[in-house]
Amino acid sequence: MLTYLGSPQLPSDDKRWKIVEATARRHGRESHALIETLHTVQECFGYLDDSALKFVAMTLRVPLSRVYGAATFYHYFTLKPKGKHTCVVCTGTACYIKGAPALLGAIEKTYGVKPGETTPDNQLSVLTARCLGSCGLAPAVVMDGAVLGKVGAEQMLARIEKGIHHDH
Amino acid sequence: MTIEELRKIAETEREAEKKYQHHVCVCTAAGCLSSGGDHVLDAIRKEVAESGMKNEVLVKGVGCMGLCSAGPLVSVESEGKMFANVTPEEAADVVSSLDTGAGGPQDCPTNVPFFARQKKIVLENSGKIDPERIEDYIAHDGYLALVQTIAERSPQDVIQEIIRSGLRGRGGAGYPTGLKWSTVAKTGEQEKFVICNADEGDPGAFMDRAVLESDPHRVLEGMAIAAYAVGAQKGYLYVRAEYPLAVKNLKTAIRQADRLGLLGNSICGSRFSFHVDIRLGAGAFVCGEETALIASIEGKRGTPRPRPPYPAESGLWDSPTLINNVETFANIAPILRNGAAWFAGIGTEKSKGTKVFALAGRVTNTGLIEVPMGITLREVVNEIGGGIPDGKKCKAVQTGGPSGGCIPEKQMDLPVDYESLKSIGSMMGSGGMIVMDETSCMVDVAKYFMEFCMSESCGKCIPCRAGTQQMHGILARITAGEGSPADLVLLEELCDLVRNTSLCGLGQGAPTPVITTMQYFRDEYDSHVAGAGCPAGVCAGARREAEEVAK
Repeated sequence: MLTYLGSPQLPSDDKRWKIVEATARRHGRESHALIETLHTVQECFGYLDDSALKFVAMTLRVPLSRVYGAATFYHYFTLKPKGKHTCVVCTGTACYIKGAPALLGAIEKTYGVKPGETTPDNQLSVLTARCLGSCGLAPAVVMDGAVLGKVGAEQMLARIEKGIHHDH
Repeated sequence: MTIEELRKIAETEREAEKKYQHHVCVCTAAGCLSSGGDHVLDAIRKEVAESGMKNEVLVKGVGCMGLCSAGPLVSVESEGKMFANVTPEEAADVVSSLDTGAGGPQDCPTNVPFFARQKKIVLENSGKIDPERIEDYIAHDGYLALVQTIAERSPQDVIQEIIRSGLRGRGGAGYPTGLKWSTVAKTGEQEKFVICNADEGDPGAFMDRAVLESDPHRVLEGMAIAAYAVGAQKGYLYVRAEYPLAVKNLKTAIRQADRLGLLGNSICGSRFSFHVDIRLGAGAFVCGEETALIASIEGKRGTPRPRPPYPAESGLWDSPTLINNVETFANIAPILRNGAAWFAGIGTEKSKGTKVFALAGRVTNTGLIEVPMGITLREVVNEIGGGIPDGKKCKAVQTGGPSGGCIPEKQMDLPVDYESLKSIGSMMGSGGMIVMDETSCMVDVAKYFMEFCMSESCGKCIPCRAGTQQMHGILARITAGEGSPADLVLLEELCDLVRNTSLCGLGQGAPTPVITTMQYFRDEYDSHVAGAGCPAGVCAGARREAEEVAK
């Protein structure tokens, strides 16, 4: 059992930990702030690593198992860092019947990655969304935050290529 | 805040708007945002400033106008005109059309059935007001119901009014709202909570998001009235983290309402206090179930628990808790403003008022619609939806998401109300409505929903955890062309078992898509298992199998 009085030491002097601390403090370090605090960690760092889970457990004084339980229960949280670029394919009902499976197939064929995976060169992560709520634009894909609506496989692949090569 | 002060804010706002000759509204809700609505808004603002018309033209970003497939939409309220598919480059055309009355980008007629057949209560302000300004909401009679209620009505009186209105829960199950309120009000506990369920997890549903993005104050007002009626002091809005714009607009709205004393301590100088906080969901479909949602707010894994006790008696931190859906809360202020009789005059005998649907799939006009209860599905699909594109035929309409059913074309003359949809094996659900044509394979659709339920099952009870796995396995086998007639028998047995023994709505509803597709599209299942292939040509495995049989 972790028994800490006061606030635990920050894992590093990275300023982002202070933002995480602030969320916990705002909720009076109550255990019910767990999900809110995990949200803040993910917003700041992009994913939840071991040191983050341990820090959250100590800050809120909850067992590490409970933090791990929540972090793995909710789909929104990810324990792995994402690639440089992310492509989210919506697999909501409207997108599904309008061709989302074909879009995922095209990505797998071109980049060899399935949903939830990242290319070995760490350039592209492919994710699926339950529903983006942009059903009027089905099928929809979000490439690095920009929504592509009523998209075909070729158009999508071109946009992914453009996104990746933009850096080079 | 007194009624006079509120009226004064409204009057000032209306006067300020009247000074402008033209009102240009640009949709900046998520639908149009994804097609570039924000850039269109900036471009039009810039164009207006450059052409020196700043004092004549009011440009504002508004919420959803409904026809998402034609976005970004721009409406010129003063002229009753609407433009579709507007690009930032067309900003000059929009502005120049104001004075000349001619030209402009692609016209979007508003006298067509898509707009004319709708009846707007929940969405009455959506697409008209700036969701980021409380003054605009107040100018459209916002918070009038709350202020009047606190000043003039007793909590019992409010509950009676809601009971008389016949309003039923818009989350899908249709439990009478007034009855729920009175249960919470009757408990003698000191501490009570009001929760707004905005964890809209159904794929293909975006009604709640649109309401929260377009008119957040309406939901807050409904929650505050509910809190007054049941005697709660604290409220939580449980919103999906996937809806950043809705969260942003809600945060702004709460801050503004706090500042004007419409939320917070001693509202309108009374002894009634109500604080609202936002809690972010984290992508678990099961959290739409009320006891799972409560667990999630408490910072735990979102797993449901057996009921009773119902949350109305023992909910958040074991205190009596009122949980209603976004759309339910959005109906409250209009009911109190216009009276229960007005609301009860809309809809059918047992289902009053309107329902918001997210119309999507294989239909010409996709977007957000609000229709009176009792309208037929055929009217919705053919008139409002504009029929099926590409000369295809309608095959089925899916309502209620993963817990709902597929309604075949021949049943489409059925009125849309809680009882009718239930009678044919589907459900009202929260409002997703997906239209499917001949290119959809119903076995594949059933598999799609089962895959969803399987991965969203929280794993607490065995029928749901193991049953959805098994059913998905069978459906995958059938769509791969490896199924046998015995699989269908087993599938039916499992449906019956999972439906009747699961702990919560997720498991109980999971078999519904399978049951309804087996009931209405049995021939498609038979064709798959008999090696005759997939009639819609979707399931490649079944097709290959059929070709081999033919050889």
